[in-house]
Amino acid sequence: MKAPVAEPNRLDRARRFAALVRKETYQVIRDPSSILIAFVLPLILLFLFGYGVSLDATRTRIGLVMEDPTPITRDLAASFQASRYFDVTNGNDRRQFEEDLIVGRVRGIVVIPSTFSSDFAAGTAPAIQVIVDGSDPNTASFVQNYARGVVATWAALRGLETGARPPAVSVEQRFWFNPQLTSRFFLVPGSIAIVMTLVGTLLTSLVVAREWERGTMEAMMATPVTAVELLAGKILPYFILGLASMTLCVLVAIFLFGVPFRGSILALYALSATFLIPALGQGLLISAATKNQFLASQLALISAFLPAFLLSGFLFEINSMPRVIQWITTIVAARYLIPSLQTVFLAGDIWPMFLQAIAVMLLIGAVFFTLAARSTRKRIG
Amino acid sequence: MWWIRLKALIIKELLAVLRDPKSRLILIGPPIIQLVVFSYAATLEVKNVDIMVLNRDAGNWGQELIYRISGSTPTFRSIAYTEDPAAVHAAIDRQRVIAAVQIGPTFSRDIEAGRPADIQIILDGRRSNASQLVAGYLNQIVAGVAADTPAGQRAASAEIGVVARNWFNPNLIFQWFMVPNLVASIALLIGLIVTALSIARERELGTFDQLMVSPLRTHEILIGKLIPPMMIGMFHMTIFILAAIFIFGVPLRGSLLLLYGSAVVYLAAVVGLGLFISALSMTQQQAILGAFLFMVPATLLSGFATPIENMPGWLQPITLINPLRFFLVIVKGVFLRDIPASEVLDNTIPLALIAIVTLSAASWLFRRRLE
Repeated sequence: MKAPVAEPNRLDRARRFAALVRKETYQVIRDPSSILIAFVLPLILLFLFGYGVSLDATRTRIGLVMEDPTPITRDLAASFQASRYFDVTNGNDRRQFEEDLIVGRVRGIVVIPSTFSSDFAAGTAPAIQVIVDGSDPNTASFVQNYARGVVATWAALRGLETGARPPAVSVEQRFWFNPQLTSRFFLVPGSIAIVMTLVGTLLTSLVVAREWERGTMEAMMATPVTAVELLAGKILPYFILGLASMTLCVLVAIFLFGVPFRGSILALYALSATFLIPALGQGLLISAATKNQFLASQLALISAFLPAFLLSGFLFEINSMPRVIQWITTIVAARYLIPSLQTVFLAGDIWPMFLQAIAVMLLIGAVFFTLAARSTRKRIG
Repeated sequence: MWWIRLKALIIKELLAVLRDPKSRLILIGPPIIQLVVFSYAATLEVKNVDIMVLNRDAGNWGQELIYRISGSTPTFRSIAYTEDPAAVHAAIDRQRVIAAVQIGPTFSRDIEAGRPADIQIILDGRRSNASQLVAGYLNQIVAGVAADTPAGQRAASAEIGVVARNWFNPNLIFQWFMVPNLVASIALLIGLIVTALSIARERELGTFDQLMVSPLRTHEILIGKLIPPMMIGMFHMTIFILAAIFIFGVPLRGSLLLLYGSAVVYLAAVVGLGLFISALSMTQQQAILGAFLFMVPATLLSGFATPIENMPGWLQPITLINPLRFFLVIVKGVFLRDIPASEVLDNTIPLALIAIVTLSAASWLFRRRLE
C-alpha cells in the first residue's frame, strides 16, 4: 500500500532535482567565463608547464676570467666553453664582469687565477674561484655545482692522461619512474590538481556567492526544494565540469606532451572524483560564509588556489617546511591528490597509497560539506 | 571644479572597498599571512627526508658510510634499515622514503684491497627535483668517505679546489630571494582583482549608468577608478617592504626612493590591466575569472620560479607585456644588488608603456560601451 503514495513523491523529487540540475547546467554553459576557466586556462597551464616553464638544467650565462693564459688554463677554460650548461663570455679581469653580475647579465663569474698553472704543475692544491649571484639561490647553487662538475671531469680526464688512480668509490644512481628527470613529467600531473581546484573551488564559490548576493538563493529556499537537493543540484554540473576539464588535461598530457600513463583509468577517475568532493565542499562553504563575490574570490584564492600551488608538494617539498606550515598542509586536499596522480602517470597503480589518499580526501570533504550545509541551513531559520 | 568631483568619486571608490568590515579584513589580513606562510613554505632546499639503507657489507666502511649519512641532519630525518630488496621496492613505490642506498657485500673488502668499490642509490623520480638534491647530498657524503680511504688519500694531492663565493646573499638564504618576489606578486594579485571588480560591479548592480549621467567626464571616471586601488596598493607595498626589512631581515641595499618611484608606475600598469579586464567583462564573475586568466600565466612567465632566459626563444617575447616581469627585476635588484638607477629606469619605461596602453584601451572600451 505504501508504494502508490511513495511513487509520485519520489518522481516529483526526481523531476524537481532534474530541473535544478538543468538550470545550473545552462548557467555554466551560457557564461563564457566558466568555459574559459574550465578549458582554456587548463590548456594554457599545461602548455606553459609542457613547453615554457621548465625546472630542467639549461644554459646559464657566466663570465670566465683567465688571469694568466697558459696551455693548462686554456684547456680548463675550453671545458667550460664546451659545457652544455654554460653560455660563456671570456675575459681576463674579473672587474669587467662585476657590473654584469650586479644587473643580472651574467649569473656567475668563474676565475682561473694566475697561480693556477704553477700550482697545478707543482701539485700544490690548485684552485679556481666561482663568484655567483646569491640573490637567486637556485641558480647560484646550480652554477656552483656545475662548475664543480666541469672541474672534476676535467681533472679526471687529465688524471687519466697522467695515469693517476680512478676514484675509490663510485656511485651508481638510478631515478625510478622518471630516469631522464624530465620535470614536465611531474609538473603536468600536478597542474591537473590545480586545474580541478580552480573549477571545484574558485568557480563554484563565485557562482554560489552571486546567488547569495542577488538574493536568488533565498528565493530558491522558499521553493519545496530541500537544502540538500539545492546544494547537490548546484554542485553536480561543476563536478562533471571538473572531471571534463581533468579528462582534457590528461589527454593533452599523454598525447601532446608524451607523459607516460602507467596506471589505470579507474584509479585516475576514482582519485579525481574523490578530490572534487573536498574541492566543491570548500567552494560551497566559502560562498555560504561570505555571500559576496569579491570576498569569495579572495578566500578561494588564499585557501584553495595558492595552497594547491605552494603547500601541496607540487613545487616545494613539504618535509622541508617549518613544522607549523607542515601542519597546515595536512588539510590541503591537493597534497594527497598530487603524489597519487604523479604515481598513476609515472609509476602505475599502487592501491594502498591511493586508498589512503582517498580516505583522507573524503574525510576533508565530509568536514567541508557539514560546515557548508550548516551555514546554509542557518539562513532558512 | 573637476577636482571636487574627482575627490568625491575617489572617496566613493575607497568606501566601496573599505566600508564592509569583512572586505577591510580581507585586504589586510591575508596578504600578510600569504607573505609569511609562503616565504617560509616556498623553499627549494630539501630537509627532513627519509631514506632506506640496504647494507650487505659486513665491514667497517659500510658502517662508516651509514654513520656519516645519519650524522648529516637536518637533511636526513630517519634511516630505515632492511635486508630485503622487495622492501626497498615497496618503500619507494609508496613514497615512504625518497631514496634507498644499497651497499654491496664486497664494499669494505674492495676498499681495503684498493679496488674500485661502488654503491647504488635508487631515487624516486616522481619527485625528481627533490631526489636530484638528495642524490647530490649522498654523492657528497660518499665522496667524503672515498677521500678517507687509502686510495682516496693517495689521490688527494691531485685534487682541484673550487672556492665558491656568493655575492649579495652570502649564505644563500632562501627568504631573501622569496620575499622580494612575493612583494611584487601579491601586489599584482590584489591590485588586479580589486580593480577588475570596480567597473564590473557597478555594471552588475546597475549603478554604472548613474555614474555615466553624473557630471563626471569619462577620463575623470577612469582616474577616479585608478587612484583608489593604487592607494591600496601603495599601502600594501609599504607593509610588505617593512615586513621584508624588519621581519625577514632582507637587506635593503639600494635606494628606497627608486623602489617607491617604480612601484607607483608598476601599480599604474597593474591597475590599467585590471580596468581593461573590467571594461571587457559584463559581470563580476567574468571580471574575477578574467583577472585570473591573466594572473596565472603572468606569474609563471615572470622569472619568479624559473629564469626567463631558460624559457624557449618563442616564449620570451610574450613576457614583454607582463608588468610583473619588469618589477621583479627592480624589487630584487634594489633590495639585494643595489642596481644602478639607469637599470631601474630601463625596467620602469616598459611598465609606463603598459600602463598607457591598457588605460587608453580601457577608456576606448568605456566610450564605445557608452554609445
